[in-house]
Amino acid sequence: MTFDWEVVDDFMPRFWDGVLVTLQALALGTLIAFALGLVWAMAQRAPQRWVRWPVTAVTEFIRNTPLLVQLFFLFYVVPQWGPSMSPLTTGIVGLGLHYSTYTAEVYRAGIDGVPVGQWEAAKALSLSRGRTWSSVILPQAIRRVVPALGNYVVAMLKDSPMIAVIGALDMLGEARQFSNETFTTEAITVVGVAFIVIAYPASLLIRVLERRLVNNT
Amino acid sequence: MMSWDFFREWFLPGIWVTIQVLVYSALLSAVVALVIGTLRTSRFWIVRFLAGAYFEIFRGMSALIFMFWMAFAVPLMLGWQFVPLWSGTLALGLTYGAYGSEIVRGALAAVPAAQREAGIALSFTRWQRLRRIELPQAWPEMIPPFNNLLIELLKGTSLVSVIAVADMTFAGNLLRLAKNESAPIYTLLLVLYFILAFILTRLMRMLERRAKAGVGRAPEKRNGLLSRKLSPSGESMQASTQGAGGLG
Repeated sequence: MTFDWEVVDDFMPRFWDGVLVTLQALALGTLIAFALGLVWAMAQRAPQRWVRWPVTAVTEFIRNTPLLVQLFFLFYVVPQWGPSMSPLTTGIVGLGLHYSTYTAEVYRAGIDGVPVGQWEAAKALSLSRGRTWSSVILPQAIRRVVPALGNYVVAMLKDSPMIAVIGALDMLGEARQFSNETFTTEAITVVGVAFIVIAYPASLLIRVLERRLVNNT
Repeated sequence: MMSWDFFREWFLPGIWVTIQVLVYSALLSAVVALVIGTLRTSRFWIVRFLAGAYFEIFRGMSALIFMFWMAFAVPLMLGWQFVPLWSGTLALGLTYGAYGSEIVRGALAAVPAAQREAGIALSFTRWQRLRRIELPQAWPEMIPPFNNLLIELLKGTSLVSVIAVADMTFAGNLLRLAKNESAPIYTLLLVLYFILAFILTRLMRMLERRAKAGVGRAPEKRNGLLSRKLSPSGESMQASTQGAGGLG
């Protein structure tokens, strides 16, 4: 068994570049996933059938197909019709889009958990539809779903290395490039360990958050 | 444009490889899930700790990085050489097995405590309790979350394409390079995965219904087996209990 610490030393500067890109992809992907997921969830509750059905079909399709293939699709097919995007941008859009279908389910469960009486009360006060959502339903729904959303952030972190496959230089992308240049494998080991080191405290944090929120409600 | 020949030549073998990877890694992850999930309820803290560590490590790990590591780093470090299919299957099985262990642990925890105590009262060993009391009762609880996990695993199989296992996704990438055309290829690929996921969901739902029906039926069935075993001459269970009643 050979593990060369000097190689690890050489890799370190590029490792930190990769960490920055990973965190960037994670932060922006999370933003898209959280915002778009809420849009999906609300659209699935729209009174019009022509809104509900296509949205349900699209989200089901995205959720049941692999993120990796979706990334290929976004990277190789979409530029033929529209703007071409950098690997990192493609990755962020792909991660955000894919996970928005998961967060949509979470939001939906949260919205379903709001007692019917709250909807009725809003109607009795003749609040508009927009006002009902923004002042009555969503504030109650979102508080319940924060821990579940947090779990998907950790899941996104673990899926983020896939953007390396379309050429983004995140942690794995840097490690792959470095390994190819130096014919070594230590970089991949470093990145693997780094993932555990980041993901474990993150999941602990979410568990604490979960307990707090459950105690408060 | 893509023709039927291309589909037959590239995608059909790819679909078969995807199914193989799915079946092997699903079996492996089921075994890992059962073993690790059960060990996490052990009464020895060191066993619980080790099983818990396994869970945390694999839950924190990215499956793709682990796959790369299995395919490139491990053979170099240890001097082994895996076939790519096995590196991929092993990585998927070990990772998804960790997720599954949480399902097993949760389902075991949901079995009423009185059931375990009844087992202790009957002086069953730990293994007997698990096999005859706790696991059979936890089983129906496990099926729906396992179905979700299986769909995730199906999507996860696409990762093996990056370590050069010739699955569906790999076939798609090769075709893109060969034909310099991507829209029909990736659309077809997404549709194929969706169809596979759909079929899998249906299959699992069928299994789920059977497992649920089995819970209600189980005692009669077991009695039936027991009576047959006890009285090969055709004497029924009922007759023997009546006999016992007559004695009293």
